[in-house]
Amino acid sequence: MLLVRTPDGDRNHTPSGTAQPGDLIEAEPGKPPRVVRAYLRGDYPTPENETARLSQRRIEFLRKRARAVAAIREFFTAHTFLEVDTPLLVPSPGLELHLDAVPAGDGAFLITSPEYQMKRLLAAGLERIFTVCKCFRAGEQGDHHNTEFTMLEWYRGWASLELVLADTERLVAAVAEAVNGAARVQVGERSLDVSAPWPRMTVAEAMQRHAGVRIAGDETADELLARVRAAGLDVGNASAWDDVFYSVFVGKVEPALAALNRPQFLIDWPAPLAALARRKPDNPVVVDRFEAYIGGIELANAFGELTDPVEQRARFVDDQLSRQERGKPAYPIDEKLITALEEGLPPSAGCALGVDRLVMLVTGAPTIADVLTFASDEL
Amino acid sequence: MYDTSDIRKGLKVLMDGNPFTVVEFQFVKPGKGAAFTRTKFKNLLTGAVIEKNIRSGEKLEPANVEEKTMQYLYAEGEDFVFMDSDTYEQVTITKDVVGDDSDFLQDNLECAVLFFNERAVGVQLPTFLVAEIIETEPGARGDSTGNVQKPATIDTGAEISVPLFIKVGDTVKVDTRSRSYVERVNK
Repeated sequence: MLLVRTPDGDRNHTPSGTAQPGDLIEAEPGKPPRVVRAYLRGDYPTPENETARLSQRRIEFLRKRARAVAAIREFFTAHTFLEVDTPLLVPSPGLELHLDAVPAGDGAFLITSPEYQMKRLLAAGLERIFTVCKCFRAGEQGDHHNTEFTMLEWYRGWASLELVLADTERLVAAVAEAVNGAARVQVGERSLDVSAPWPRMTVAEAMQRHAGVRIAGDETADELLARVRAAGLDVGNASAWDDVFYSVFVGKVEPALAALNRPQFLIDWPAPLAALARRKPDNPVVVDRFEAYIGGIELANAFGELTDPVEQRARFVDDQLSRQERGKPAYPIDEKLITALEEGLPPSAGCALGVDRLVMLVTGAPTIADVLTFASDEL
Repeated sequence: MYDTSDIRKGLKVLMDGNPFTVVEFQFVKPGKGAAFTRTKFKNLLTGAVIEKNIRSGEKLEPANVEEKTMQYLYAEGEDFVFMDSDTYEQVTITKDVVGDDSDFLQDNLECAVLFFNERAVGVQLPTFLVAEIIETEPGARGDSTGNVQKPATIDTGAEISVPLFIKVGDTVKVDTRSRSYVERVNK
């Protein structure tokens, strides 16, 4: 079968109709020609309107992504970590106030993070573990967010957060090196040097320097709000401690971090933003937590893990109440995690890193959709 | 009331009594914090652009703003009369709302008129229009070195600069934004 496009200006009479300029005609030797219906009058795909093909740029990004993920595995295997595969379908997803799990029916949910199962593995006797897995956070979609995304989490049992911090900067440099040949990443027009060691700043310093707001960690929400207003900042109708904090953080600190030409560790987070981190023994108003920001992208979040089962249960109950107050479903508490803590979780530290965002950095992609095989709106 | 999930380009909202349109927006969410929509708004009355972070859960008030396609009919004293192409309703719009572009108004020119609370607050002319040169000096022949231009008046009353070869009676395409000559049109 031969498909022949009629040249412009010609008219071709076939038994199945008269072909118009731009039509495709099926021509088989010995048989009368036939106008092919699917390609009539400009409905055939052209570079302007075709949707199935990926651009060369996107294909190149996907190749770099594969190299980046291979580099991640190489890094952890070389550091004697065990790769583990934890469940995506669980009865108790994360209870964080601001994370919403995707329900999977029958009381099961997709994970927002593999954290709970990873910590159970630490209690089970594995000392160095990592996983690269899909996580699902309902309602998150944007330039740096996709409801379904890929997370790297790694944990060191019998270790301090300091070691995990060193892992983070070395990992990113190694991945950049593997993909680009140098420890550099691309953010918009800028090329940033990500070689270790990276600069550090406490959250209190960042808030003071970039927003003019003093944070100690033990002030009440009202005291914080008063200080924020005194600094001339507008936080809308925010009243809870974390809402006020994040209004200022997103408005003032994040844009300042975006302008930096080096990666930045933000350390010593105030106690109200503890999540699952333990309080620092020498300074309980801050917790053992750091975040890594590169070019304004929040890349990683790490904790010195909370190992006290009593405090963990108390935080979970608190989270459930907060969720209920805001009309969100209060997922069941992961009792098996509490049991693991009761049986004894060694002092540990772990980190969660957004793999898609890391790929964005090493490729210079402006949006997460560029580094996915299919973004949400392509499904 | 609009939720942050309703935010999209062109959404018209009311803030501090002024109508704004959304120009740009970005979903922003620190890992353990609430989601925000970093939004750029343009004031429809003043044109000023402001940026605001709206936290998920906060609401935005819709603005009673409408954009209608209207044809310019004629001038009435200092004001200008436009007609809604669909309803044939006529509206008189004052000189200060039409602004500096009033000397580009042509008979039956289709413009986008912005209404806020049922009152016309802005008139947007099409980017290009075709007009006749009614007044200009004859250009000196042979003097074609460089990009020299001369003043000319078009039939709507606006004064623009045109190349030397343009003469009275020629039809030209004009850019209303930059108030400049684009090219000669053969009618």
